[in-house]
Amino acid sequence: MVTIYIDGKPYQVDAGQNLLHICLSMGINLPYFCWHPAMGSVGACRQCAVKQFRDENDTRGRLVMACMTPAVEGLRISVQDPQAVEFRASIIEWLMENHPHDCPVCDEGGECHLQDMTVMTGHTYRHYRWKKRTFRNQNLGPFINHEMNRCIQCYRCVRFYRGFAGGRDFDAFSNHNTVYFGRKTDGVLESEFSGNLVEVCPTGVFTDKTFRKHYTRKWDLQTAPSVCVNCSLGCNTTPGERYGQLRRIRNRYNFNVNGYFLCDRGRYGYEFVNSDRRIRQARLRRNREAAFESVAPDEGLQRIKEIVKKSGRTIGIGSPRASLESNFALRTLVGPEHFFSGATVKDHELVTEAIKILRDIPSSMASLHEVETSDAALVLGEDVNNVAPMAAYALRQSVRCKPQAISQKLKISDWDDTAAREAVQDQKGPLYLATIADTRLDDMATRTFHASPQEIARLGFAVAHQISPTAPQPENLDSAALELSKMIAQDLKDAESPVVVSGCSLEEKSILYAAANVVQALRSIGKPARLFLTLPESNSLGLELLEPGSLNQAFAIAREDNVEAAIILENDLYRRSNPALLEAFFKSIPSVIVLDSLDNPTAQKADVLLPAATFAESDGTLVNNESRAQRYFQVFVPQDDIKESWVWLRAIGDALGQEEPGARKTFDGLIADMVKELPFLAPVQEISPASGFRIAGAKIPRQPHRYSGRTSMHANVSVHEPQPPQDPDSPLSFSMEGFLAEPPIEQPPASLIPEFWAPGWNSIQSLNKFQEEVSGPLIGGDPGKRIILPPDPEQAAYFDEIPEPFASRAGELLLAPLYAIYGSEELSIHTPGEAQLTPPLRLEINPRDAQQFNLTGETVLQVSVDSQVFELPLHISASIPEGTAGMICGLPEMPYVALPAWGKVTPKPVNSSTENPG
Amino acid sequence: MIISALISVWNVFKHLFKKRVTIQYPEERPYLAPRWRGRIILSRDPNGEERCVACYLCAVACPVDCISLQATEDEHGRRYPEWFRINFSRCIFCGLCEEACPTYAIQLTPDFEMCEYDRQNLVYEKEDLLIDGQGKYHGYNFYRVAGVAIGGKDKGESENEDAPIDLRSLLP
Ligand code: SF4
Ligand code: SF4
Ligand code: SF4
Ligand code: SF4
Ligand code: FES
Repeated sequence: MVTIYIDGKPYQVDAGQNLLHICLSMGINLPYFCWHPAMGSVGACRQCAVKQFRDENDTRGRLVMACMTPAVEGLRISVQDPQAVEFRASIIEWLMENHPHDCPVCDEGGECHLQDMTVMTGHTYRHYRWKKRTFRNQNLGPFINHEMNRCIQCYRCVRFYRGFAGGRDFDAFSNHNTVYFGRKTDGVLESEFSGNLVEVCPTGVFTDKTFRKHYTRKWDLQTAPSVCVNCSLGCNTTPGERYGQLRRIRNRYNFNVNGYFLCDRGRYGYEFVNSDRRIRQARLRRNREAAFESVAPDEGLQRIKEIVKKSGRTIGIGSPRASLESNFALRTLVGPEHFFSGATVKDHELVTEAIKILRDIPSSMASLHEVETSDAALVLGEDVNNVAPMAAYALRQSVRCKPQAISQKLKISDWDDTAAREAVQDQKGPLYLATIADTRLDDMATRTFHASPQEIARLGFAVAHQISPTAPQPENLDSAALELSKMIAQDLKDAESPVVVSGCSLEEKSILYAAANVVQALRSIGKPARLFLTLPESNSLGLELLEPGSLNQAFAIAREDNVEAAIILENDLYRRSNPALLEAFFKSIPSVIVLDSLDNPTAQKADVLLPAATFAESDGTLVNNESRAQRYFQVFVPQDDIKESWVWLRAIGDALGQEEPGARKTFDGLIADMVKELPFLAPVQEISPASGFRIAGAKIPRQPHRYSGRTSMHANVSVHEPQPPQDPDSPLSFSMEGFLAEPPIEQPPASLIPEFWAPGWNSIQSLNKFQEEVSGPLIGGDPGKRIILPPDPEQAAYFDEIPEPFASRAGELLLAPLYAIYGSEELSIHTPGEAQLTPPLRLEINPRDAQQFNLTGETVLQVSVDSQVFELPLHISASIPEGTAGMICGLPEMPYVALPAWGKVTPKPVNSSTENPG
Repeated sequence: MIISALISVWNVFKHLFKKRVTIQYPEERPYLAPRWRGRIILSRDPNGEERCVACYLCAVACPVDCISLQATEDEHGRRYPEWFRINFSRCIFCGLCEEACPTYAIQLTPDFEMCEYDRQNLVYEKEDLLIDGQGKYHGYNFYRVAGVAIGGKDKGESENEDAPIDLRSLLP
């Protein structure tokens, strides 16, 4: 800590931190462009100039760039100095010389950092009389709109895209005052983090193309804190609604989870909420052959009441993509012994195992932020870019941690981005990737290891053994793997805070054990190693914490125990189980009740279908991969008969006369019941204030105070304005009235901030007013709480279930699951842009296997596995290990197969039918 | 006391011979200045295209929030309102929308004869608002000065613009 003087006032600040960071953290407004809280300083734009004085007698001073000047004891600067003020105003004027007259048609307008900074410096009039420079735009694919005329050449975009996100197909082109930011030629941006350009660029050069199709200004969006539902990491988001449609998703800062960024799957995966395939009315039918009839909600409930009353037993099938509360409501309705996991049998086992590991071994789970700041990483099995994309982003940053020692030795501050990168050059910290095939992280890896799931597990066990000889050792490890394991062990041992990233995507339990062993071995020698496990879906952990039975047990009960009815919660079982088993299951159950938001094959099997709300239309809690319970709030009230699943389930309970305590009528009451029954879920109650919470007696409005059209938007239906919908479930209101936040003086708790905005700061850069310090935690603590608390530090036993070495089989290949960022996830695929980028169905085979099986380039293959036969085009890929084949899971056209599994692969007979897979 | 009463009576009496300020409306029409703030219209640019670019500024400026609209685009990227609604039963004719409008699209006119028996009829949609002329402000065409390209106007063809940069050029 040192004392510096800003405009004569003393401040206690971190020594060596740059002055821009300090000023913003202290609440002093200072305009800037090229500096970004997550990307540090480059001193390119000259916008953040302040006056620095030699001592208290110096009255002349000199202009310095705040973002490039470290704080030292006794430093004196002035932000208000007239010369500094004038300098900053002229910088903006220069930047604006060529700026087009676009604000009214610019999607950045109203949340534009350039607008904000222009107002802040007071520049109002363009003196420059000559012509404006213009550029041609590029088509950058379905997600990003390009309007180069608006560029102010701050270089943030290219620094983010290449330096932080690791993209290669984007750069700065041309020279002097014509520098151009784009691709060499038109084309889809390759990086899965490209959407962040929208938020990183301080102007309207890059804007959200999906948002453009239903454009609304930021001040017109009704927003609420939310959580991404497209993978298990639970990145925080801010969805925005207008006129009953979800319009976009933006990043929501959470220090521990996603920081300033999101992946494109999450950012653009929202369009299913507006899909034509939404189920909007309750539907009934007399029998499975009859067509559905839409009915009033009460009629649906009446029918359910009749079904469930007369039936002997009702079972409930939960869902890894439904909220904790909805799953619990179903569990209560049918009874814990009749509540089954809706995850695949394998995922159910794996996630249950993951929970055990997280509970048992004395290591703390890593948060995404901790992955980012680890100085050595071992990835066992996960293709993170496709399974949990933001983890790939975090790993990309982690390799920069160790080499920081080099720049630090040269006395270069970490925030001095260009200098630090120049000092480090291409040196990277250790990152080892053991996966089935190539990943998009390979360019960062110290070494990659492509092998079958078993061999990956064996490598992990070997690493653990190398670190600590008490860890069990795999037999007959080949020499290359042994060599590699020694190298990995050494690097992990040398690190200060190593992390092991693993997960469920290869459906191989022993990989989880291996990862746990490595962490334990490291801990046993005193390294604070951490474990980061990715899970299959957004609430996989939450579902399994409720201890449901497996899907196979549900099938068995249905077969043997004359179950009369099944309630299926937000789950397309055809993505989870073999179709033949499912046909038998549905046949054996007289009445099927389905609650879901989108029509799908399971909904088609229903006798009663109830329209369920999506994440944007409901309140709920998701438990992410590190067991962090995170609340998402209803963004808007859905039209038609759509209701939150837990509301439906509660209504069914009421119709059945299951006497409920009165409190159970509300969301708070449901959570209270849940915590009473399962006390370890207590943190769920603490992650956000209860619905009765008020500030100065008022609710917190979801609509900004500038929200427009209140007396007109419904006037086409009736000129008498409806009362705004009430929200009994949270302290937020569906209105623009209520507590007006005035950050940083007075603001709601971080879990209840609908959208970040501060006077003079309309863009997302307003975040600095809500953080304890720039890039630090939100004031009052970041939302979300871990359910699995750090276990006791006693050393648990090592796992010793080491798999046998992989042995290839004659005439068969081990089909292993591959994943696609766009395509493998159920909901995001309904965004047309993501559907467009989904890879084609295919079977990926090693060239040597292809040769052995006599397969060549254009062949269509017949693959028989798990008593199903598919026809898949052949794709030869050198990175697939011999004896295995890769198949992308979860694509909409593919029926479910439990992988990995041995399959027979033959070329398709010439005259066989052209029936599609399945 | 009585004097002041008498003065008042005299003053009133004098008014009998003054020119009348009221007129025989509706047979007779008052003169209203062009800047009079009455019924709101949406105007067209000199080329006869809709002037409104759906920027939402009028809507946010409106103190009673009686304007709502939805932006859309034609196939060449020209933005315009898909629909545009003013609830005149709420409008206070303050003129702030006209002041906020960066394109001269929305204008108040000297017409106040909008009475209805049914409030619902005071809800005007774009068809009711859009006129065929330029209204009070002649000659302005926002897209001629904006940097975005639209059908019939490529990059570099706006007023005060240079031709697009040739990125392959090596000239200093
Ligand atoms: S980038 Fe900002 S300042 Fe420039 S046209 Fe867009 S909104 Fe206006
Ligand atoms: S495109 Fe945006 S981020 Fe990139 S240099 Fe221009 S203004 Fe900066
Ligand atoms: S990484 Fe996962 S949680 Fe985060 S935005 Fe992407 S899909 Fe959503
Ligand atoms: S301010 Fe003008 S251009 Fe903008 S939406 Fe209103 S009428 Fe249209
Ligand atoms: S922000 Fe300091 S020079 Fe750009």
